[in-house]
Amino acid sequence: MSAPGYEAVETDVLVIGAGGAGLRAAIAAAESGRRVLVVCKSLLGKAHTVMAEGGIAAALHNVAYQDTWEVHFADTMKGGKMINDWRMAEIHARESPERVIELERWGAVFDRTWQGRIHQRPFGAHTYPRLAHIGDRTGLELLRTLQDRAVHTDGVDVHMEITVFKLLKAGGRLAGALAYRRADGSLILYRCGALIVASGGAGKMYRVTSNSWESTGDGTALAYDAGAQLRDMEMVQFHPTGMVWPAGVRGILVTEGVRGEGGVLRNKDGERFMERYDPERMELSSRDVVARAINSEVGAGRGTPHGGVFLDITHRTPDYIKRKLPSMHEQFLQLAKVDITKEAMEVAPTIHYIMGGIKVDPETGESTVPGLYAAGEAAAGLHGANRLGGNSLSDLLVFGKRAGEAAAASLGKSASVAAKLDPEEISAAIASVMAPLERPAGENPFVLQAEIQETMSKHAPIVRDGPTLEAGLDQIMELHARAENCGTGGSRSTAFNPGWHTAIDVRSMLVNAEALLRSALVRRESRGAHARSDFPKTDDQLADVNFIVEKSPDGMVVKPWRREALPEFLLEAVEHSYTRYTPEERE
Amino acid sequence: MHVSDLDLRIWRGNTNAGELVSYRVPVREGMVVLDAVLWVQANLATDLAVRWNCKAAKCGSCSAEVNGFPRLMCKSPIAEYGSTLTVTPMKTFPLIKDLVTDVSWNYDVNKQIPPFTPSEKDLASSEPWRMQQRDVDRVIEFRKCIECFLCQDVCHVLREHANTPFYGPRFMIRIASLEMHPKDTLDRRPMLRGKAGVGYCNITKCCTEVCPEHIKITDNAIIPLKERMDDAYFDPVQWALRRLGGTTKNGPKK
Repeated sequence: MSAPGYEAVETDVLVIGAGGAGLRAAIAAAESGRRVLVVCKSLLGKAHTVMAEGGIAAALHNVAYQDTWEVHFADTMKGGKMINDWRMAEIHARESPERVIELERWGAVFDRTWQGRIHQRPFGAHTYPRLAHIGDRTGLELLRTLQDRAVHTDGVDVHMEITVFKLLKAGGRLAGALAYRRADGSLILYRCGALIVASGGAGKMYRVTSNSWESTGDGTALAYDAGAQLRDMEMVQFHPTGMVWPAGVRGILVTEGVRGEGGVLRNKDGERFMERYDPERMELSSRDVVARAINSEVGAGRGTPHGGVFLDITHRTPDYIKRKLPSMHEQFLQLAKVDITKEAMEVAPTIHYIMGGIKVDPETGESTVPGLYAAGEAAAGLHGANRLGGNSLSDLLVFGKRAGEAAAASLGKSASVAAKLDPEEISAAIASVMAPLERPAGENPFVLQAEIQETMSKHAPIVRDGPTLEAGLDQIMELHARAENCGTGGSRSTAFNPGWHTAIDVRSMLVNAEALLRSALVRRESRGAHARSDFPKTDDQLADVNFIVEKSPDGMVVKPWRREALPEFLLEAVEHSYTRYTPEERE
Repeated sequence: MHVSDLDLRIWRGNTNAGELVSYRVPVREGMVVLDAVLWVQANLATDLAVRWNCKAAKCGSCSAEVNGFPRLMCKSPIAEYGSTLTVTPMKTFPLIKDLVTDVSWNYDVNKQIPPFTPSEKDLASSEPWRMQQRDVDRVIEFRKCIECFLCQDVCHVLREHANTPFYGPRFMIRIASLEMHPKDTLDRRPMLRGKAGVGYCNITKCCTEVCPEHIKITDNAIIPLKERMDDAYFDPVQWALRRLGGTTKNGPKK
């Protein structure tokens, strides 16, 4: 087969991903007067942002007047076990309220307080009720609002069902990307002045996950390949509550909003076990703590027959549950034949979010490669070792906007995107992406994908240890080698061929998996979402250390990096003792 | 846990040709149609084209016709069917391949609907807006829409009369969510009468029946929109009052 040709498309700013971060970045860059092109793997409006259910965290202090950005900052840092990028946490806490109010002015609808203000619900490890929400489908509201705003903003164009498989540089600066159309396999060369990776997470490398087929960590893998540094890759979040039964629905998310609205966790003996793990915050402890608690209960034989625990909200009235948690009610009724107004749910941890990702400058979202920006789940720093619920939606808005503005500004006055790309690099990348089609008898990509998922589920679970991680790394390196010989599962057609698409996605998953295992091996302590049974204590020496992943001629390297210390006034905000929130009962 | 086998018939093909192909799928407890289709994709036909994302009925990607009925595959338990079932692509939209159709027309329509437009005063206000829950409750139902386009698929106006100027139920929902938003000020009635074509809906309520979000599309969106348009254009009393009063306050903007 002769090398296929490609169509060349030019834009000022290219955005990979059309979730909350990508769309917010696109709007910001276009409002700065740039031509923006958003490319996404699925249809517009289907991004994983819709799975965010509970709400968006912002210190609007509509419910608890004591709430300020300092408290939100302190909660975020403490939740992240202090290895967050403190400047990102500060910016995030300061700017979230503005971004939420802006979203409302763009047409988003939120539930209201009795005074008519945006209502805020309590959530895990947030000192005060802080999550602006609409029922339990806040992510959909955010995405739909941004989607509508983006398509009505001059200068924004969207290419749907496109997979980017290579980032291209010219003179050290990001200058383009290669992609294929999923529908027919035709190739596109995007030339751009700056590129924003907003492609989300990598949860698909685990078997039990709340993530969709899309979350294969493409953005992190592409940026890594282009020479950008990654950080905190050992930090993946197990959401404490995913569905466990029936088997077909295992892993589907059960919103933290259930606990926010008063849901309690019990083991099979009916004991409210969180009393033993976090008597202060109980069910509303941080996600790493609750997930490990459930894991321990099940491990100690106190789980349900299907290997979970019970989550019970039946003490609320049916009307209240249906109003505040409508999609949970529907989801359990439809998929598990359980009426949550009458019965308890069965839940267990499920992979949900990766705190690690592309290392970025806190002010601009620029990676260590000039012209390459990242925002949202693909970027790292804000959440440290554990993300608080509700902080991802505000993350998307705050840093999406900043990345969009900075990417637009980086182009300067000239809008030239005429950088010289290396034709050999282009043809090599095209040959590599077409290669699986040439191997009808090659490895089945779905088998490889399943083996990656098995490996990660077994070797990088909630509680890890050195030897298991080592063995997992060996297996992933073996899978790397086998992926070299990956086919499509038989068909040579480029027309909407999921076998081929998966063969390409598997490459990204392997980079993410390797980075996770290598980083987890070198962090010899337990901190936040990273728990090691061989190093069960938190090591104070590692409190200001992040692990950086980088590409070298000899393969992937992981090295420690010492962060700048927290300034005095922020340290004070963290150490301050805030009054507890005691709600007035009004029903 | 392997319970039994399912004879799953999936429509395979492209714009040139296609046929139903039969696959044997081992059924596990709690399996939904999407699981069965993805099992076929991973084990028997890696080039089987299908769209899906969240697998939790929140994104609206896996729309298809299961035994001829428009449904989300992720929300269709196998147990509801016998040992045989047939999955075909949505019929109203042009086919791309297998279960994947070209739904881009919907995105073009959405672009034509003028977006949320608050008043100048509200936009200029530095104070956060106040709205009451009962006012936002009106639009919350419409904003539940996950854009699965099943309502568009089942709508006989779109399905059988392709050239009729009608935006379809999904976009009646969209227009209703804007028109009834407490802070929106734009008048979309001329559009409803014109290219959105609300008059073409003859209230068969098929769209309401297939909506996985249980939005009462016809009763709560289309009929009130029809009434708004009728008040403006076809109500003789309103017309006479406007004539006498010399006001166009309740009338359509020119």
